[in-house]
Amino acid sequence: MRALIWITESSWQACIDQARALVPADAEVTLLHVAASDVEYLAGHPGPGRLGRRRPPPPGPPVREIAEAEAQALLERARERLGRDAQLSARRGRIEREVLEAAEGCDLLVLARDGEPRREPKSVGHYARFVVDHAGCPVLLVWSEPPPGLEQMHWPPHLRR
Amino acid sequence: VNEAISLLALALSLTAAVARWRRAPDWAVAVGAAALLVIVGAISVHGARTALGRLGPTVGFLAALLVLADGCRRAGVFDALGALMAFRSRRQPRRLLGMVFLAAATTTAVLSLDATIVLLTPIVFATAARLPTSPRPHVYACSHLANSASLLLPVSNLTNLLAFTACGVSFTRFAALMALPWLIAIAIEWVVLSRVFADDLRQTGEPLPAGEGAIGRPPLPTFALTVVGLTLVGFGISSIVGVAPVWFATAGAVALTVRRPPDSIAELVSAAEPTFLVFVLALGVVVTAAGDHGLSSVVDSLTPHGSSLPALLAVAAVSAVLANLVNNLPATLIIVAVVSGSAPGAVLAMLIGVNVGPNLTYVGSLATLLWRRIVHAHDEDIDVREFLKLGALTVPATLVAATVGLWLSLQVF
Repeated sequence: MRALIWITESSWQACIDQARALVPADAEVTLLHVAASDVEYLAGHPGPGRLGRRRPPPPGPPVREIAEAEAQALLERARERLGRDAQLSARRGRIEREVLEAAEGCDLLVLARDGEPRREPKSVGHYARFVVDHAGCPVLLVWSEPPPGLEQMHWPPHLRR
Repeated sequence: VNEAISLLALALSLTAAVARWRRAPDWAVAVGAAALLVIVGAISVHGARTALGRLGPTVGFLAALLVLADGCRRAGVFDALGALMAFRSRRQPRRLLGMVFLAAATTTAVLSLDATIVLLTPIVFATAARLPTSPRPHVYACSHLANSASLLLPVSNLTNLLAFTACGVSFTRFAALMALPWLIAIAIEWVVLSRVFADDLRQTGEPLPAGEGAIGRPPLPTFALTVVGLTLVGFGISSIVGVAPVWFATAGAVALTVRRPPDSIAELVSAAEPTFLVFVLALGVVVTAAGDHGLSSVVDSLTPHGSSLPALLAVAAVSAVLANLVNNLPATLIIVAVVSGSAPGAVLAMLIGVNVGPNLTYVGSLATLLWRRIVHAHDEDIDVREFLKLGALTVPATLVAATVGLWLSLQVF
């Protein structure tokens, strides 16, 4: 069995903790992090209002290098927390697309909710929503923090008692 | 014929700046275009000299400011800002965004938008990535604030410098009139960005274990910050003591350069972006020629006059549209020539338009946007929808609210 665990900066701990408990011991695990290319581009390419300027980038590691180093560090931290052998995969591009491509051929995709911490559709943010909707394999969608109880849930009118 | 040649020269100069041909750099194309206009008589030698004489001090001021900002970089001001932001954020993304807003708005206002884009943004990216938290809201905040927070001072944006010399208000009055629009613009950015990026700003799970990437309170480069502070004070008292602000900027730049000299003369020269300065001067001549041959009267007929609120709103809107069509620098050169005679209100409303407007499209103008899409579609997989969405949410609201703020300020000051 091949399992892919997609981690993000904000919810990787919860995602790893639940994956550790739920992913079968014999599964071949890959940890995935995706860096958004538009953010990197915006940080590294002086853009708005700079007509005619052509300045060399300031000294120091370029944005791409920093992004790659931090992604690698995050993946290694996640593997340590997972406590088992896992392949590390750092990709960059459009997040939804990269995750779906990485998940192709996998038997399980683990990801965390990335939206509001409430029981409602918005608890799945737009990246995770797209991935869940389009994934070709079974998806394990975990809470990134303990879910609120049913009694706190806002029921739509037709389901109210 | 001269009309057609002038407009063609303008189009060519702008295309060169956007397209960045390797064999024909924009500054060379603009200089060539300006020379051609003089040769064919579309602008007289005297006219060209007047245009250069008018722009010269502004360009000198810009050079001093660029060297000042680069001196701050060498002194470690931006690295220290990054460390301070990380320290103060206490690893909470939303607090970090607050710090980024503070740093970006201040840097833009004091050291100009160039400092924020070139020097601060990479630091902010690294700071966020190392926390670790999603750098997205923080990088977008820098990118947006570099434009919308450049309203406060004449030194915050080259457009402001150009208008400042044209509208004849003192440095302090400029700041007093633009303070409210500046605060309004920042407030709108905060409301929109913190909502749009709410998911990225939510930190779940426990913070990193102690010791790992622990951040102490960083030391601040006091000398450089003192120099910048004194330079600001100098700007403030410039009209009282009768010394032009450019001299205070020069003094600040010299102080930072002497205290910590760059590795080479070449580094110092490149910090002042000489090719860009030449481009601005040449573009000034080309725009003057185009203005003399009909462009000014067209813009004049499109621009309402007077200092009533509807007139100011219309000026801001026309300026924002023009800034998005041809980029804000030529837009300013064109509009300043038209509105410079009128009351400062119109000039400042124009600045709200050309400074905030570029947030609407990805790289400051529609032409640039189209070009980038064609050129970079293959090697850079960039999704510009996020930027366009943020622009649509912030720019119209900011244009209206900031102009109303300006109108209120004009009633008081």
